[in-house]
Amino acid sequence: MNWYAIRAIYSFEMARTFRTLFQSILSPVISTSLYFIVFGSAIGSRMAEIDGVHYAAFIVPGLTMLSLLNESISNASFGIYMPRFSGTIYEVLSAPISWVEIVLGYVGAAASKSILLGSIILVTARLFVSYEVAHPLWMITFLVLTSVTFSLFGFIIGLWADGFEKLQLVPMLIVTPLTFLGGSFYSLKMLPPIWQKVTLFNPVVYLVSGFRWSFFGVSDVSVELSAAMTFVFMVLCLATARWLIRTGYRLKS
Amino acid sequence: MDPIIVASKVTKTYASGFQALKGVDLTIRRGEIFALLGPNGAGKTTLIGVVCGIVNPTSGTVVADGHDVIRDYRAARAKIGLVPQELSTDTFETVWGTVSFSRGLFGKPEDAAYVEKVLRDLSLWEKRHDKIMTLSGGMKRRVLIAKALSHEPRILFLDEPTAGVDVELRRDMWKMVRSLRETGVTVILTTHYIEEAEEMADRIGVINKGEIVLVEEKAALMQKLGKKQLTLVLQRPLASLPASLSPYALELSSDKSRLVFTFQSEAERAQIAGLLRALAELGIDFRDLQTSESSLEEIFVSLVRSDA
Repeated sequence: MNWYAIRAIYSFEMARTFRTLFQSILSPVISTSLYFIVFGSAIGSRMAEIDGVHYAAFIVPGLTMLSLLNESISNASFGIYMPRFSGTIYEVLSAPISWVEIVLGYVGAAASKSILLGSIILVTARLFVSYEVAHPLWMITFLVLTSVTFSLFGFIIGLWADGFEKLQLVPMLIVTPLTFLGGSFYSLKMLPPIWQKVTLFNPVVYLVSGFRWSFFGVSDVSVELSAAMTFVFMVLCLATARWLIRTGYRLKS
Repeated sequence: MDPIIVASKVTKTYASGFQALKGVDLTIRRGEIFALLGPNGAGKTTLIGVVCGIVNPTSGTVVADGHDVIRDYRAARAKIGLVPQELSTDTFETVWGTVSFSRGLFGKPEDAAYVEKVLRDLSLWEKRHDKIMTLSGGMKRRVLIAKALSHEPRILFLDEPTAGVDVELRRDMWKMVRSLRETGVTVILTTHYIEEAEEMADRIGVINKGEIVLVEEKAALMQKLGKKQLTLVLQRPLASLPASLSPYALELSSDKSRLVFTFQSEAERAQIAGLLRALAELGIDFRDLQTSESSLEEIFVSLVRSDA
């Protein structure tokens, strides 16, 4: 294991994060605040409580997940796509490192940023609505697991994309719909029975449900299942990233 | 001979079907400066890519300092530095930052004194806090070299290092390559500038259409293929070549005012004295004489042509 290389990549990526700290923190915070104003206060005040939780509080975990997913994907995909685009990737390819160091460096940095961001959003949310965290350890577990998993997913997109449009394509066409339909803003119990079944194929459902459980102790699916599904998705992403780097797909000719 | 890089039967066929390398066998000796010459698309960069781990070879093996570059890539790559042809640099990073990054990436602990030395040697020290995007093309080239040297490699690849570089930087680079050789670093450079190979290299390899056409000591190559000519400018034009001069490979120019003696080997060179005596006996005076030597460029062009 080449620890110096992991540190080099990680610090390089974190430096990039801190160079753009203002915009990368500010924009999710603003958009989350807007969601709280619109859904939490304006619409939420007319909504009934869900499972005994006030609607404005109910959407906190879902909204955090929404930002976490988007930011993890965009940050990680950009992080590996840029060196491919500019050509500086040659150095990473010629370095004495394996897929392990590359993933730990790039994905570790993207996930760190996401965790930081998720925490900031949760703090921001506290300004709008009061909520308690029932299971703090589980909350942190889901926060970390989700950040890592979707940073991995973004990393894969960044490896696969061969143009800036494609970099946006997957988040826009797949991730955003899955997030919105993944129970960020509603409980699955509010859906017609058939859709309650269909929606279980959406991986985001497990993230949101598990994360929400860690706050309020109520969930649509069991917390063990949530954690297990997220873990499975992470392993799938890890295997894909490993395969992509080892074969040099779109990295080496 | 102590080989540091041994490439055996290396082939590379790109997805497009283009065969960039057709069974390359090449041995680089430890501590030498090796120039790889070849026209565009000959396979120079592909070959370097295979050694450095940027291109997956279709078949064949490469051993660098005793380590197979695929099976034992960590050990092999740790010894290799690469200066790519393209000016691929980070944009927002500082010179110091990007060079330190390279050092870490190649598994070396921080060493500010060493990085400082590299930057000073390349006249980059004053620019160490500058963002790379603010640098000129020549400066960016220096940054790439500094990055390649950051982890104290034993083998350095310079892929067209002086393409689009001014004279001053080219001289600096030559100086740097020589001082690297003094510390035992093996340098492999590809170039279009024959002048560069002629000036720098101990040995020269010519690659064309994915095949190594020849590998030769520079001096031997120059001697073997390098024609020398002695041109005598005559006082009075000659009607024809006197019969007594027929043993010499002499040619009379079309305006009858010059005699051109072409020689290659040492033995032929020894004939010069005899030729001059014979001319004196015949009363043929000349008012000027010049010798010329064919440059590596001419040798190279004739090699690549005849191969085509």
